[in-house]
Amino acid sequence: MTASPLLGSVVAGARLAAAHMVGPGVPTPGARGPYTGDPIFNHGMDLVVWIFVVVKVVLAFAIVMVSVLFMVMFERKVVAALGNRPGPNRAGPDGWLQSLADGIKLFFKETLVPEHADRFVYRLAPYLSLVPVFVAFSIVPVGGTISIGSYTTRLQLADPPWGILVMLMASGISVYGVMLAGWSSGSKYPLIGAVRASAQMISYEAALGLTVATVVVLSGSLHTSAIVAAQHGGFLYHWNIFRAFGAPAAIFFIAITAEMARPPFDLVEAEEELAGGFNLEYSSIGFALFYLAEYAALVINSAIFTTLFLGGPDGPRIAGASVGPLWFVIKVLVLLYVYVWIRATLPRLRYDQLMDLGWKRLIPGSLAMLLIVVGARINWRWGLAALSGSLFAFILLTRAIEVAQSRQEEGSQFSELEAP
Amino acid sequence: MSFLDNRFVNFFKGFAVTGKQPVKPRVTVEYPEQKRQMPERRHGRHVLNRYEDGMEKCIGCELCAGVCPAKCIYVRGADNPPDTPVSPGERYGFVYEINFLRCIHCDMCVEACPTEAITESKLFEFSFTNRDDAIYTKSELVVDDTGKPKVLPWEDWKPGDDQNTSGWVRATAPSGRADLEGTPLWSGELGYGVRPAQAGQSDPTAADYAADFDIALREVEGAELKGVGVSSTRPTRSGEWAPGRS
Repeated sequence: MTASPLLGSVVAGARLAAAHMVGPGVPTPGARGPYTGDPIFNHGMDLVVWIFVVVKVVLAFAIVMVSVLFMVMFERKVVAALGNRPGPNRAGPDGWLQSLADGIKLFFKETLVPEHADRFVYRLAPYLSLVPVFVAFSIVPVGGTISIGSYTTRLQLADPPWGILVMLMASGISVYGVMLAGWSSGSKYPLIGAVRASAQMISYEAALGLTVATVVVLSGSLHTSAIVAAQHGGFLYHWNIFRAFGAPAAIFFIAITAEMARPPFDLVEAEEELAGGFNLEYSSIGFALFYLAEYAALVINSAIFTTLFLGGPDGPRIAGASVGPLWFVIKVLVLLYVYVWIRATLPRLRYDQLMDLGWKRLIPGSLAMLLIVVGARINWRWGLAALSGSLFAFILLTRAIEVAQSRQEEGSQFSELEAP
Repeated sequence: MSFLDNRFVNFFKGFAVTGKQPVKPRVTVEYPEQKRQMPERRHGRHVLNRYEDGMEKCIGCELCAGVCPAKCIYVRGADNPPDTPVSPGERYGFVYEINFLRCIHCDMCVEACPTEAITESKLFEFSFTNRDDAIYTKSELVVDDTGKPKVLPWEDWKPGDDQNTSGWVRATAPSGRADLEGTPLWSGELGYGVRPAQAGQSDPTAADYAADFDIALREVEGAELKGVGVSSTRPTRSGEWAPGRS
């Protein structure tokens, strides 16, 4: 009954949104000519352009690697500080080379392959979870352009037309790495951990996609550079986190935390239950790569959150100079601190709580927010309609969950009686 | 303020708890470089004491071995040689071994000892690389001629570890005198003389009482005064163990 007007509003909203979306400085495809990519490609491909591209690739790789080393140490230091401890302080100045030492140690260890492992898949899996993470970083605009001679290039490795979908693709493929690692180990607990991981990641993928769709509707483009450009012009209040009424950002944040299996959603690695999770059988380089992928994903997802909701490199000029990359790094650092803070504070969720949160709260919530944002983009009547429809659906859903739970409880009483 | 007591607010109260921690003072100390002061009654490595005249206190009664819950003490007594007595009694500890791989430092041997021969120092930083080193023999346990414990190569003595080797208040009175029950008294000890009562443990006159008792005991036994004497320093308040940062 209520589904058809809501569905109608989606279709109408999408059509109208496509026609009416014009914001200041938003590069809209179609209406204002084709979207122009990185200015370095404007003069065709010559050797210098090739060198530029290769240098950018190497730089992006190096930045991710160094940021992982930093992040491991940052997390250990901050989580220690939040627990009133000094943290590791032996290796290097104040312990900041500890993660480097750990990495070197891991790479010199023996690679063990379990007897029942599928050897090829077992060796492939770490790369399957690592490579997509690095790919996801390529679409992140770090800020502005840089000019060397007559060549001008963006501080962004790639700006494909499908833009932000690369991030969804990367998180989708990472699930394969985790799944195959657990399966190919030929061991029980990694398999359970992998099944948990993939179920969890797929559950939160939907909420993730819907919140990204909200941002895409707001910005009118899939290009990450266009999403950033649309948030430009006014510190804070023009950012998507406020333009989308806050909730999609919160949902995206929770979903991406669950997607990465970070605490409090780290059931994948629940030591008390699984003895280590999907990477239990891995040692040496394989383990190091999983570790690397985990922390690289943390840094890069923070960067993507910054891009989508916090205006990317947007921020006030300092001493007349545009310091986009600085603002970008500051925002990412704040997000990383919040991640560590969450890890230090919240206890791990139970599996049914995890699934409840994902399916009964976040997915309907993100869907409702998408509708409301789309409605508000058209005019206030559509926005009000979407809002009231969403509220009505929310009430229905809450009631449905209550009924389902009470029936489940009754059912469990009977099953206890019938149990042998 | 009841509107602040809901799930949503409490969720963020949790974050406030952890968020406050970085600005709080740390209780952690950098252990190997920075060491906390030991508690007054720290139970560490044992020592076998001697009287101020150099005689060993141990009489080989094996009460410590009997009371030891970990069965880590092995004692054999023997008759004192008449010409060169080792202890001022009939018998002395001929063999005395403590296996520190088994010792739990419960201090019950110190309580059981009728002559205060065995006490515990505050040393806990000693580690050995073989089982032979773990079994301390009598020559390693007995204090040397200055009354100080012998320092073995694998032991890390700090200043003060060997002083007031045990702060244990004895449940029973030394020498078995019923009227001295509950009063902390120590007989004269090589290197330290007579120790006073610890600050705040009993009535302040107990130390003088102990000194009087010791002098009287010496007069009775005709023992020669030797060592530091009765005027040993009284532990001060600042010497007490302070939990928390140092």
